[in-house]
Amino acid sequence: MISGFRVARAGPLALLQDAGRFGVRHLGITQGGPADLHAWAWANRLTGNDWGAAVLEVTFGGLELVAERDMTIALTGADLGIRHNQQPAPRWRTLVIRSGDVLSFSAPVSGLRAYLAVSGGFRGTAVLGSVASVTREQLGGFDGQGSSLRSGDRLAITRSEATGDERQAPEWEQPDYRHTATLDLLPGAQIAAFTGSSLFEAFNALWRVDQRADRMGVRLIGPALRCAVDSLISEGISLGAVQVPPDGQPIVLLNDRQTIGGYPRLGNLTPLAASRLAQCLPGQAVRFRATGIDRALRQHRDFLSRFR
Amino acid sequence: MKPAPLPCLERAGLDSWMIRLFDRIEESNLAWLAALTRDCETAFGDMLVDLVPSYTTLLVVFDPLRISPCEARQQLIELLGRLEPVEADAGGTLHELPTWYDLQTGPDLPRVAELSGLSVPAVIEAHSNRDYCVFALGFAPGFAFMGLLDDALVCPRLDTPRQQVPAGSVAIAGRQTAAYPLVTPGGWNLIGRTPARLFDRHRDGLSLLRVGDRVRFVAVDQSTFEQLGGDTTPTAPASAP
Repeated sequence: MISGFRVARAGPLALLQDAGRFGVRHLGITQGGPADLHAWAWANRLTGNDWGAAVLEVTFGGLELVAERDMTIALTGADLGIRHNQQPAPRWRTLVIRSGDVLSFSAPVSGLRAYLAVSGGFRGTAVLGSVASVTREQLGGFDGQGSSLRSGDRLAITRSEATGDERQAPEWEQPDYRHTATLDLLPGAQIAAFTGSSLFEAFNALWRVDQRADRMGVRLIGPALRCAVDSLISEGISLGAVQVPPDGQPIVLLNDRQTIGGYPRLGNLTPLAASRLAQCLPGQAVRFRATGIDRALRQHRDFLSRFR
Repeated sequence: MKPAPLPCLERAGLDSWMIRLFDRIEESNLAWLAALTRDCETAFGDMLVDLVPSYTTLLVVFDPLRISPCEARQQLIELLGRLEPVEADAGGTLHELPTWYDLQTGPDLPRVAELSGLSVPAVIEAHSNRDYCVFALGFAPGFAFMGLLDDALVCPRLDTPRQQVPAGSVAIAGRQTAAYPLVTPGGWNLIGRTPARLFDRHRDGLSLLRVGDRVRFVAVDQSTFEQLGGDTTPTAPASAP
């Protein structure tokens, strides 16, 4: 095994993520993969990796890594006060680091999840065709158990030389996650079952991100939404579904969501809107904006065809 | 044979269609859903990302770069036009799940008793005196949706889901019952706990229960539950909204 980094200090949550685990959802196994697809895709692009290479997703901060090789890396996504040998580390561009260098993540400045890619990619233990880490299911990651990084872990990479061109993401691709996010929502089949005033509230109120927010789903706090349908016969749930339980407070379902559920839904956030929400800290405000399939599809195809 | 169902297609994001075949939970739904699942696999091939069947629906997830929602919809309408149910397999495996029904493991027993107008022992009797059919796997690895419950036990989900439901918890909601394979959040009424290992990534097939299997919950006392390796840690009550 080629170790790229040693974990000198573990933070609250750092997970290896490839594009996700597909083709097994009928067994109740969730998708996993990067909560912020945009930042994850950029991390791989900058380091010259193919779509789907495994990247480290660092949530909140707290992590300290010591390089064990010379490597070309890229940091994208949240500004977690990341330092490279005590100096502020540049984000959204390639960075050459040397054996013995220290990368430390402190706490959120803008956004919640940072992505660390290494040229060639990290090497995890594939389970059911993917290294995507799902802690709840104990699948994927470096150890195959979906574990968050622990102090003393050695992080395997596929090759060791510092190579590749210098690359940088254009400025307009680097979001400031502190701004109030506007999230595109594609209306779903139960939207007409919500009362008129609830629909007005849904698309005009400011929604506050609750403490109960993780890779499975993000609960939003605001006016109580009322729906004529209390619950459905349980059915499959797609990424970004905005479900509304009887207490009227929406829950947006993200990568590690349950595969089946029975609450009525306003619709689905687009994949990039779900990514944007995944960068919001508890207490931050967001709003929903209704979008149409043509616009949503064009936007997502543009994104995918640039990166895949 | 029942007449061909009248399905509808519902948008579920930019890369998915929800095919709604039925509006009621019936065992006979399974043969139609199995056929539709098989036909989608054939028709979509590697444009398909995932298929999630459930009691009355099939969620079809496709690669939006390879096929547009509009084209996918057209394909699905054609499949539905010539759908025939699969031959019913000769009965799935019968599993007996030992279950310790107790306030410590099933803190919603009093709520279910109140909603049903039954005593707690009568709730336990009504839950354990029949065989259930596995309609779908979902929600979590190896989580089997089973039915149908005795009419008296039909009760709504909790208004606010629990953040953590202990593994092995036996639960009911609507006309359904289930056992939680892993610690997850959950909104169902908890009435007991089984020591059975419902999901094991090292086991062939991963999940103890498969669609089409039958399940019987067998009431056991605390000492039997512990002998079988059951975890007796009490379940926290549901949190206030």
